[in-house]
Amino acid sequence: MIKRYDNLIIEFFCRIIAAPVFLFGVYIIFHGEASPGGGFQGGVILGAGYIMLAIAYGIDFTLKRLREKVILFLSCFGVFIYGGIGAACILWQGNFLDYGKLPLPLTHANAIRGIGIMGVEIGVGLTVMGVMVSIYYDLIVAGGVQPEIKGE
Amino acid sequence: MKPLKLFALITVLVTGFLLMYGVNDMPNLGSNLSPASMHVSPYYIQHSEEDTNAPNFVSAVLADYRGFDTLFETTVIFCAGMVCMMLLRENKQ
Repeated sequence: MIKRYDNLIIEFFCRIIAAPVFLFGVYIIFHGEASPGGGFQGGVILGAGYIMLAIAYGIDFTLKRLREKVILFLSCFGVFIYGGIGAACILWQGNFLDYGKLPLPLTHANAIRGIGIMGVEIGVGLTVMGVMVSIYYDLIVAGGVQPEIKGE
Repeated sequence: MKPLKLFALITVLVTGFLLMYGVNDMPNLGSNLSPASMHVSPYYIQHSEEDTNAPNFVSAVLADYRGFDTLFETTVIFCAGMVCMMLLRENKQ
């Protein structure tokens, strides 16, 4: 069912479920420091929501919303966010990944560390989501499906 | 029985015996006297919230105390995605 397959029940329920799934993934990423979860788990949920839409509506439907180039850019950008936050700490006279040295307008250095943890989790989540979706796309292309929309 | 197979059987038996013998010296599962939970774990459990302002100390250890590890875990996942792309996608010249 990677090509579009008209089934009213599947499409209707996927349309209902999709928004809560993405919201839940974002919630898991942003609450990673306060509750069970984090970047890896939230990123997998975001990628699974995308793959669910791709299965129900066909790969062209999802590629029209989120181009292949954008997916690859997201997975690179997540690693860049993580490494960039770590390297920014060096600029303000800290060690690599020493978030407390970041120049944020907060009184406690510990609160800045919490913000740094959250930024790092966002980077991990973007990378995991991009890689999940990218691997799914690679698998269906290797399986013989030719999407009408190319990556460009 | 061929001598090579006999040798393999003896090796497997001796290794298995050594492993089972070594299990006796391992600490109990979840014991608070085991070396793994006496070295740095008490510090993390007691001080992670005031150090990092994160109520969940799993996240504090994952992203702050062991941030370098998580950075390269992310890089490994990224490399996995890139390798899948190189292997599975056809070359469009």
